[in-house]
Amino acid sequence: MSAASGIWVLRWQRLRGHRAGMASLVLLALLLLFVLADFPLEAITGIDPNEADLFARFDPPSWAHPLGMDEAGRDVLLRLMVGGQVSLLVGLLATLLGGVIGIAVGVAAGFWGGRLDALLMRFTDGMIALPLLPLLIVLGAVDLTKIGFSSEFAHSGAAGFWRIVVIIALVDWTAIARLVRASTMQIRERDYIRAARAAGAGSWDIIATHILPNIATPIIVAFTLTVGRVILFESVLSFLGFGVVPPTPSWGNMLNNAQELVTTAPLLAVYPGALIFLVVMAVNFLGDGLQHAFDPRSEQQE
Amino acid sequence: MNRFILRRLLQSALVLLVMSFVIYGLIGLMPGDPLDVMVASVPGVTPEQIARLRAIYGLDQPLMLRYFHWLMAALQGDLGYSRSHSVPVLAVLAPALWTTCKLMLISFVIAVALSFVLGITAAIKPGGWLDGVISLAAFAGISVPVFWLALMMILVFAVELHWLPASGGSTVGDGSFVDQFRHLVMPVTTLALATTGGFTRFVRASMIETLRADHIRTARAKGNPPWRIVLVHALRNAMIPVLTVMALSFGSLFSGALLTETMFAQPGMGKLIYDAILSNDFNLALSGLLFATLITLLANLAADLAYAWLDPRIKL
Amino acid sequence: MTALLEARDVSVHFSTAAGVVRAVEGVSLAVQPGEVLALVGESGSGKSTLGFTMAGLQTPTRGQVLHEGGVLDRALWRQIRREVQIVFQDPFGALDPRMLVGDIIAEPLRLQRLGNATERAARVAQLLDQVGLPGEAASRFAHEFSGGQRQRIAIARALAPKPRLIVADEPLSALDVSVQSQILNLLKDIQTAEQLALLFISHDLAVVNHLADRVAVLYLGRLVELAPRAALFAAPAHPYTRALLDAVPRIGRKRARGQGAIAGEMPSPLAPPSGCVFHPRCPKAQAICAITPPPSVQLRPGQMVLCHFPLEEGAA
Repeated sequence: MSAASGIWVLRWQRLRGHRAGMASLVLLALLLLFVLADFPLEAITGIDPNEADLFARFDPPSWAHPLGMDEAGRDVLLRLMVGGQVSLLVGLLATLLGGVIGIAVGVAAGFWGGRLDALLMRFTDGMIALPLLPLLIVLGAVDLTKIGFSSEFAHSGAAGFWRIVVIIALVDWTAIARLVRASTMQIRERDYIRAARAAGAGSWDIIATHILPNIATPIIVAFTLTVGRVILFESVLSFLGFGVVPPTPSWGNMLNNAQELVTTAPLLAVYPGALIFLVVMAVNFLGDGLQHAFDPRSEQQE
Repeated sequence: MNRFILRRLLQSALVLLVMSFVIYGLIGLMPGDPLDVMVASVPGVTPEQIARLRAIYGLDQPLMLRYFHWLMAALQGDLGYSRSHSVPVLAVLAPALWTTCKLMLISFVIAVALSFVLGITAAIKPGGWLDGVISLAAFAGISVPVFWLALMMILVFAVELHWLPASGGSTVGDGSFVDQFRHLVMPVTTLALATTGGFTRFVRASMIETLRADHIRTARAKGNPPWRIVLVHALRNAMIPVLTVMALSFGSLFSGALLTETMFAQPGMGKLIYDAILSNDFNLALSGLLFATLITLLANLAADLAYAWLDPRIKL
Repeated sequence: MTALLEARDVSVHFSTAAGVVRAVEGVSLAVQPGEVLALVGESGSGKSTLGFTMAGLQTPTRGQVLHEGGVLDRALWRQIRREVQIVFQDPFGALDPRMLVGDIIAEPLRLQRLGNATERAARVAQLLDQVGLPGEAASRFAHEFSGGQRQRIAIARALAPKPRLIVADEPLSALDVSVQSQILNLLKDIQTAEQLALLFISHDLAVVNHLADRVAVLYLGRLVELAPRAALFAAPAHPYTRALLDAVPRIGRKRARGQGAIAGEMPSPLAPPSGCVFHPRCPKAQAICAITPPPSVQLRPGQMVLCHFPLEEGAA
């Protein structure tokens, strides 16, 4: 198996040479530790990030509360951590879900071509043409009870969380679909696909065995870049009030009241946004580094 | 050429039609009901009366039928009545559209100009320190949350320094040009900054790719001075994909405008739609969204046409 | 003896933006079990398309492909897949870069559910030995091997399900000259040892002379001559065949000048000439050749030519 691991070692080395990419990897690891630190901290100090103490509104930093208290008397540091968990989790899940949709559409269009391709591409182009934020807002404003969910579920935190994952995925799959379609079309013409047919492979065999593994590299890069975009979407939606709803914190909705805060407690407006900025920067740099590491031009030995 | 335009127009029209149905359906799923407002102000209304009202307004009909009625009316220019503004929808949309167009166009022009300058500068010496700085700035531009950038700007320029007004289209009692200009500075800057990042990266990548091409090396070998090479030979080729991308990003520009308007309380389409959704003003939200879609579709169409026109390889 | 694989009046047409490409036109051809039939022609003659059609990778626009007398439709192809395998021209595109060589060779076995994992591994080892590669090649990747070695892998893959016929589409053309004879000999040895039928597609007559039992000559999608190898090389009946042979350098024989040398290039399959498609270039062409398509003339049993005026034996 030396050759199999060989190519990944090569890629890892190339990534290590890309300074921004490596720095981002480290930064992301640190951020992950930061958001997960909430669990031990809560256990040790016993502070509940959702518990409001109106007497403690806007308290300045202290030993017990290193970043002070927010507008509802909740510990800012802990909320930043929990909010990070939510934002990052939404980012990952929405990326995965949107990615699955995008891969399905892209492979179908690229592999079978013809009328299916024309239809899917019209649809994809139509979606790309839409202004996304207004669409997301409308989707976010949908009253779940009207489509059959119970009132209890519709107002639960879980519903709010999954709603935003689903709507972002529904709206953001187009970039991956296009990429997958282009890659699939390229591969479809190769002789080894023909050979597989001659060997008796049906369409699904070919897609699973030959096409998907060969488009894995551009997909990985695309996924990484998507995560950044998705995190930004979630933060905007939550900020506008259509995403993650309080009391569940997310970096976006922590800025919800920030406009009023700007005059009274400006720092509260700085922290969450700065964290979003950092994560998205890091993810984008990582994507750049991965692109560099996977560069097919240096990989082709032909 | 004509067949191409016709085909694309038909496609756009079809997308718009489908979207109108989808949005109509989605808006219907928003919390509340057109009857709620009417009913809320009349205590003691009975369920029978509500049912009758519903029948009168056609709200008990199936979705397709209601949509069809709306579509027929819309095609004749009647977009309905805005509940929250108490005037017909069009009366509210038109001025808002103008405000948004102002914001978007100015920001777009600035973003394009800036990105060209920065992108080309970076592309001339890729890997150099200037390129590093520009690339980093561009990266930051695409990573920063627009609303946070707006907040920071408000914090610095309005709250701390008191240089610029934090919101609104103009100060009450003073609608002069200077005043309007001051109100536009931060929104435009925010939107332009957010857009420039992505554009710059693309201009830079496209220029680098073009400058590497063989015919450029030939021009260099022939002794052309560098600026001539860049402007005359490379720019035209690099422009084609760049312009397409820029025009195609109209959708995200509009999204950015929506956000910026909301942040800075500019009376534009974005804020209009946002407020409409918040206040369950169905007609206004529906029409606003469709207008936004229409504009984006037209922009994409223009991009396709420009691309086809610029690229001599594509037969029209 | 029923032919193993037979093409009956097969035509393959592609509709493209530029028009209909008649890649193969009315070809009838049969491959007997255990024989080597060479398909010869220049680029554009349709030989690869015909080969793919007979291998079941392309559906004929008209006509049928038969297997032992039975018409091959999709259903039948699924059943007899293991009997007809294919080796491609480009050793670099024919092997999946993400798969281990062992898996590549075993793929036909896996797909057709032949044997369990252990038996497949054993067969892979046996095949690697048969094509002259070391056993540990199975755990390497294709890109670690040279062109000639990759072609061996492709041959091993084709042999895996113990086929009765292999379609070899210019298997030597992409290889270095020094390697070509090795692979040629390998094919020859395997063909003899396994009693395989071989549909050998090539533009190189010298190679064909080494390998073939019968030779079919294609020009612009039409089968212009079909004869046993010795007869074809000694006394070609079609002017085109004669010209091809004259162009092959042979030691000890001066190249015939003037006679048989043909002018021009093969016309595009989008616009084939009228009557006999060869007439614009044929030194023996007469008035009728431009008007009427030539009949298929049976010169001797097993020897057919598509010409109004077939060359006499020994004629200049």
